[in-house]
Amino acid sequence: MWHELFLIPFLTGLCLAILLPLVGSYLRLREEWLAALAYAHVAAAGALLALVAGVAPALGGVALAGLAGAGKRLFARRLSGGSSHALLLLGGWASAVLLAANHPLAERLGHALFDGQLYFSDAGQLWLVGLASLGALGILWRWSAPLLLNHLYPDFFRIRGLSIWPVEHGFDLLAALVLALATMSMGVMGAFALVFVPPWLAFRRGGSWRGGLAWAVGIGLLAYLVAFALALGLDQPFGPVLGLVLIVMGLVIA
Amino acid sequence: MNSLLVLDKVVAGWQGPATRPIDLRLGAGEVVGLSGPNGVGKSTLLAALAGRASVFAGEVIRQPGLRLALQTQDIPPLQGLPLSGRELLALTGAGSEGLPPWLLGHLDSRLDRLSGGQRHYLALWAVLQAPADLVLLDEPTNNLDAAGVAYLTEHLRDRAATGAGILVVSHDAAFVAAVCDRVVTMESPHVA
Repeated sequence: MWHELFLIPFLTGLCLAILLPLVGSYLRLREEWLAALAYAHVAAAGALLALVAGVAPALGGVALAGLAGAGKRLFARRLSGGSSHALLLLGGWASAVLLAANHPLAERLGHALFDGQLYFSDAGQLWLVGLASLGALGILWRWSAPLLLNHLYPDFFRIRGLSIWPVEHGFDLLAALVLALATMSMGVMGAFALVFVPPWLAFRRGGSWRGGLAWAVGIGLLAYLVAFALALGLDQPFGPVLGLVLIVMGLVIA
Repeated sequence: MNSLLVLDKVVAGWQGPATRPIDLRLGAGEVVGLSGPNGVGKSTLLAALAGRASVFAGEVIRQPGLRLALQTQDIPPLQGLPLSGRELLALTGAGSEGLPPWLLGHLDSRLDRLSGGQRHYLALWAVLQAPADLVLLDEPTNNLDAAGVAYLTEHLRDRAATGAGILVVSHDAAFVAAVCDRVVTMESPHVA
């Protein structure tokens, strides 16, 4: 297992197993968990589009998801109540399936993205995910209090003449980019499972915000380790195994 | 007295004017009540001062650099959120010193596992004790029992003694009479 062939994918997934539950906790705080699924699908479509255009798929995935995260506020007035996320999800899914259906190379990558094959990660991806994880953790640490305050007391910043929009928009972009990187590494549903299930359980079990974040990371890490070992031992695609492990953990813990 | 806030014939409202012109002056260390029957626009005026609603006429003069704190009738969305009382106070910069004894033992509990009154008092405390020069309170006694109202009355006087100005909207006449230095009565905009 610790052979380099598996060590690099293992470490890539390990970074994401820490980061995704944390990002998911703030998405859940903002009642935007559907955004994770939307960004993952948009990233998949972006990767396939880039492949067809002869560009690096990871670049396309990150770019399109980042564009979706940054641009969704432009339509916020017309698309309230999570509609923007639902439309992004549908658009990303439809585009990805159509691209995969009409291009042989895109079909192979499409299968990998939707199956969630973590074992294709290479050293370049590990570096990218590792550095992005460190950066994202630092940003989340700085933005945690403003995000919580703005959720609980929406007038707090405005009446003091302070701007909250850089944090609000910045978090949209951060979530989109993290989900794009995760989708490139562990597939659409694997990334979504780590964003959705650990925070869901943490919000039920955590005794405080810090405690909740610790629960989320702990559940994410445990599920990841079990799923990695199971998928490797049973020679199964990683994403669905991770999804099933998290469901079982959810039923036990919730 | 150093005026934190001066209202000169201010008419406030949401889509259109909803109050009669009102004059008001509030100094540091003062607690002023806004009273009047339902529908005269007390909460609307408070919302306009906080920038949530609009000022359609008159002038609002704030002391330069004035720091505001606002408690609205909207309850912070705490249900289902793993957040402790201590964390809530830390977020707004409010201290726990002076909290009622019946809340001190619950600071490390999740807020959504406290009673409605305890939760409301902590959410109110987080606003009241946040660093601010002028505190706007909209029906602060909602959801509080008699002990809570008595404690709040005492604490508002202590808060004003630190130099903060406090503007209170409340339907509780006894509370207003007990806590306020002055009461400004608003009249219905529909009476000629």
